[in-house]
Amino acid sequence: MSLKKWREDDLNELFSERLKSVGLRQARWRYTKDVLSLMRPSLIKRQPRDNPRLSLFSTDMLSNYIKIAWRNLIRNKGYSFINIGGLAVGMTIAILIGLWIYDELSFNKSFQHYDRIAQVMRNRTVNGETDTRMGLPIPLAQSLKTSYGDSRNGGPFKRVVLSWWTSLHTISVSDQVFSKSGKFMTPEAPEMLSLTMRRGSRAGLTEPASILLSASLAKTLFGEENPLHKTLTIDNTMTVNVTGVYDDLPAGSSFADVQFIAPWDLYAASTDWVNEAKDDWTNTSFEVFIELAPSVSFADVSATIRNLLVGKTSADVARKPEVLLYPMSRWHLYSDWKNGVNEGGRIQFVWLFGLIGLFVLLLACINFMNLSTARSVNRAKEVGIRKAIGSRRQELVAQFFGESLLVVTLAFGVAIGLVFLSMPFFNQIADKQMVTPFTNPLFWVLGAGFALLTGLIAGSYPALYLSSFRPVAVLKGAIQTSKSIATPRRLLVVLQFTVSITLIIGTLIVYRQIQFARNRPIGYNRNGLISMVLNVPHYEKHRETVRNELIRSGAVLEVAESASPLTEVQSTNGGFDWAGKDPTLQINFGTIGISHEFGKTVGWTFKQGRDFSRQLASDSLGIVLNESAVAFMGMKDVLGKTISWNGNGFNVSFHVIGVIRDMVMDSPYEPAQPSVFFISPKHGQFLTMRLNPTQSPQDALATIGDVLKEHLPAAPFNYTFVDDEYDQKFRTEERIGTLAFIFATLAIFISCLGIFGLASFMAEQRTREIGVRKVLGASVLNLWGLLSKDFVFLALIGFGMATPIAWYFLHNWLQEYTYRTDISWWVFAVSGAGALLVTLLTVSFQSIKAALMNPVKSLRSE
Amino acid sequence: MKRTFLGEFEEVVLLTVAVLGEEAYGVTVTQEIEQRTGRGVGFSTVHTTLQRLEEKGFLSSEMGGATAERGGRRKRFFTVTALGRKALQEVKQIREELWAAMPPQTLQLMGG
Repeated sequence: MSLKKWREDDLNELFSERLKSVGLRQARWRYTKDVLSLMRPSLIKRQPRDNPRLSLFSTDMLSNYIKIAWRNLIRNKGYSFINIGGLAVGMTIAILIGLWIYDELSFNKSFQHYDRIAQVMRNRTVNGETDTRMGLPIPLAQSLKTSYGDSRNGGPFKRVVLSWWTSLHTISVSDQVFSKSGKFMTPEAPEMLSLTMRRGSRAGLTEPASILLSASLAKTLFGEENPLHKTLTIDNTMTVNVTGVYDDLPAGSSFADVQFIAPWDLYAASTDWVNEAKDDWTNTSFEVFIELAPSVSFADVSATIRNLLVGKTSADVARKPEVLLYPMSRWHLYSDWKNGVNEGGRIQFVWLFGLIGLFVLLLACINFMNLSTARSVNRAKEVGIRKAIGSRRQELVAQFFGESLLVVTLAFGVAIGLVFLSMPFFNQIADKQMVTPFTNPLFWVLGAGFALLTGLIAGSYPALYLSSFRPVAVLKGAIQTSKSIATPRRLLVVLQFTVSITLIIGTLIVYRQIQFARNRPIGYNRNGLISMVLNVPHYEKHRETVRNELIRSGAVLEVAESASPLTEVQSTNGGFDWAGKDPTLQINFGTIGISHEFGKTVGWTFKQGRDFSRQLASDSLGIVLNESAVAFMGMKDVLGKTISWNGNGFNVSFHVIGVIRDMVMDSPYEPAQPSVFFISPKHGQFLTMRLNPTQSPQDALATIGDVLKEHLPAAPFNYTFVDDEYDQKFRTEERIGTLAFIFATLAIFISCLGIFGLASFMAEQRTREIGVRKVLGASVLNLWGLLSKDFVFLALIGFGMATPIAWYFLHNWLQEYTYRTDISWWVFAVSGAGALLVTLLTVSFQSIKAALMNPVKSLRSE
Repeated sequence: MKRTFLGEFEEVVLLTVAVLGEEAYGVTVTQEIEQRTGRGVGFSTVHTTLQRLEEKGFLSSEMGGATAERGGRRKRFFTVTALGRKALQEVKQIREELWAAMPPQTLQLMGG
């Protein structure tokens, strides 16, 4: 309660009068009564101010704010640059990461039935470990419909589509041959995938001799001509009519490389083993997709079909087969399976990068706040004057928020430009085809909201802090700004160091892990090795000619066939038996049928025994094991032992002729799968050639192309280098490494900008102190130490905090790899030393400049 | 005719301010009323009334300079506004009319 001064004065005067007339007691008594009865709401309530209020956003004040903000930016060009530049870089990263996350999350969403499609999967338990696979037997597809009914009779399935894996096939039109990837699917596929038809209709797969082409493939094959009803040949055996052309499936989808779809029946009719498998529950080589009826849920249907495979085959009983649905919405981001449960996958990177983006943005905001608070001393007088002439606190808060929003808006503009410019580069690193969505209103709404939020966060500290200055103290110059805000500013710098050093450590470890896996012995020589897909009927008729001609041409040292490419084991089987086998052992060997020269071509090395030989007829029933297989079987002296393979309709006895060192065919981070190699009775799907190192690869490839054209015209020479294929295995990790490297670099850059600004500001503040010290005899080294030691200290604290954080996350990350590098101490030492060095360089520039200044000059002013 | 109601005490305060002329502020008004009416008046009552009269527009106030007599304390002086004078006039007129309308015998009974 505030009694107005004059009221109090009146009361006092009355008291002194009464003192004379009625005496002290009475006067006191009446004074008290008066005071008490003055406490009435009508007097206590706030009195209106004497001067008129200006509205918070009157145009005069607004234009004044803008003018002052602009002048501040212009006057301090260096700081403005650091502020806007740092913030813009931070925002660019945040926007790029935001777009990347958006792209990842919208994967596959282009399909109309996105939330209804699932792939049918199966779990099986081998030697106590459950693994989850996509391969299913053909009869399962029919059984899904017949046992559970389709949606027209109230069943859960709207569509069930049987399919063969997306793979390369030879497409020939008149005399041209192409190698293109596509699928063979049952006729309901186009409806399920909601293909957008440019020509023809989605019913185009009902006739067996038909094919649907993607728009781009149609253009490659037929140019501008109408492709409908044209004839072409697939794999030189299947002649089909083009019955439709669909829009290319988007790059952000699991079917992006499906350039054509041909009918399943055609594939079954022209491929003997597929035809034989049509009622075979043991041949689990095929894909099944389903589209659910709108009314049912994946979980419910998964539960009902769970035991569909139980009891279908004798081998499966022990393996506890389970059927489950894998919804399309999880295909991309949740692709990891552990013990039969779908968990994790790419989503971890979405989180990781999201977190990094946030942190980089946070760094930029910290810079902004640090510089603004540091420079607040210079604005303190302005605040004092504004307050003295009647500014209220809200107005000052609004002014400083406004200023920070102005800077943020400028930074946002720069960031949009940077995003646009860096997009091609980013796409290349991240393996994306993103565009800056300039036309998407959501992008702008999010962008503006995001800028507003940044502005508010970044501006909050200066706005709330500066506006709290007391005008009298400020104008007297008594304000001790450096003391009161130094602690939070130091905290923010420590946070910056923590984030930067964590990112540096992360980058180093990721690169070390990649290097570690790369340096692993791979068991064969991948240099100068090329491989191609062989879709030629009865290749065995041409085999000898082709091989001899290729070797005779001098371009190739050796040629071999195999059922799986060198970089992937495509076929695994059980049914192996040998003397002394532990009956509980469940077997899942990689089975790779090869030709005699395969070992010689790829350059595998023997631990025991010998390679296949054409001279020994008995070698056609010989078998070569890898080390892992021998270890798995637990046999010593395996050479010459007999291993029998009991499959569907066949029973072969092999004798072991050799043991090779493990070849890395699948993941370079995992141990090699136990595998067996045998001479395949049929020709292999893949042709591998060892180029002659005395010829240049270009010449050799040209020669091979000519030879193949002459002797094997049906096969397009569509080759890949095995070492390229092998490098593909590192792409994911390399991508993380590169992105982490870029983010770390930029985080450090932003932090350095901030430290640079702070250091120069501090040096400026201490100009006179430095002058005095120099006059009194301080050396440049002294002064350099004086100005730098603060930051070094902060960097050390940051390092101390970053170490456990980085260790924790990277340790967890590395646990996912069986073959992994250790986290050695020097990585931390190098990161810490690096951060310290960069800090010192940044700070030294300013501190040495300040230390070298002529004291006469710095002391003369004022 | 719309008129502002003037309470009895309000009328007394207003009249006192008018009587005191340029010397009317909280203390003098209180003392004047005490003297003239002989009843003990609380400062707060006077003060509140002054405030209310000012809000109604019958009084205006002005901070006076500090005088040596008051030890450098400040005073808020009150003056009757035109509206205030008009209100006083009206009240007086009503009273006079009422007196004039009084039957002669009643007047005599009252000892007039």
